Amino acid sequence: MVKINGERLDVGEMSVLDFLKKDGKNPQRVAVMINGEILPKDSYDRVINDGDEVDILGFVGGG
Amino acid sequence: MEDKLVIAGREFDSRFILGSGKFNPELIKAAIEHAGAQIITLALRRVNSFNGNILDFIPENVTLLPNTSGARNAEEALKIARLAREAGCGELIKIEVIHDSKYLLPDNYETAKACELLAKDGFVPLPYMYPDLYAARDMANAGAAAIMPLAAPIGSNQGLATKQFIRILIEEIDLPIIVDAGIGRPSQACEAMEMGAAAVMANTAIATAGNIVEMAKAFKHAIIAGRTSYLAGAGRVLDKASASSPLTGFLNE
Repeated sequence: MVKINGERLDVGEMSVLDFLKKDGKNPQRVAVMINGEILPKDSYDRVINDGDEVDILGFVGGG
Repeated sequence: MEDKLVIAGREFDSRFILGSGKFNPELIKAAIEHAGAQIITLALRRVNSFNGNILDFIPENVTLLPNTSGARNAEEALKIARLAREAGCGELIKIEVIHDSKYLLPDNYETAKACELLAKDGFVPLPYMYPDLYAARDMANAGAAAIMPLAAPIGSNQGLATKQFIRILIEEIDLPIIVDAGIGRPSQACEAMEMGAAAVMANTAIATAGNIVEMAKAFKHAIIAGRTSYLAGAGRVLDKASASSPLTGFLNE
């Protein structure tokens, strides 16, 4: 099990990039944190491991 | 006459910074166009299900100004700024450090610290702040590229409640002063520009207006009018009348 944006999920063996694509997100327009650390764009081939906490952030309306 | 807003060497013709909160995303493009805005603020949040990206609604030539909303201290502001950079924005960041949920007032001390951390990390910090001269000087010394004092609490539409203190910043701080938060009407935006503000940022005033696109247009014209008036120099004020028509050559003379 992993946590993605606070939600428990079973994603199997999948890289961050594959997860983003499956989820319909443009990798150029999001930021990813794994276990509280920012994951640089050139490391999106990192496999999401059991127990990882992944945060996927993007722009929303704000003032 | 050329009159540009210059922020850290970047030039803008428009002095109206539009916020994108509380908007139907489909109205954003029209609001930007009617506002004539070249800078738009954004927030960074967890995105769960894909329901379109706000960036799809923003024309490419518009400069993105992500804020650090959600940050409660300087370190969190730096982290959000770094995440915003990863998500594809440039160096300009509106620093917002708040840990009061009732009035949403910025913490000037942590904001000044955040300016230093962000400037060292290659960002161009634009701090949202409570209009205090000493804090503004600290932020300028820490690398701020402009100062963004609040006119009134965020989203309140109260207008220029801090007017006299913003005036002090305009006089004393050698950076663009961008009046941010609380401006509720175009007339208030005009007044801020007339007293020498470099730009006005508005969001709720437009997002909660009866007609969003028309209000964006009204703000655009008010900001241009205020700026033009400031550059022209307002006429003097007298206690008594001063005839506008000649006092000679009357018919019965």
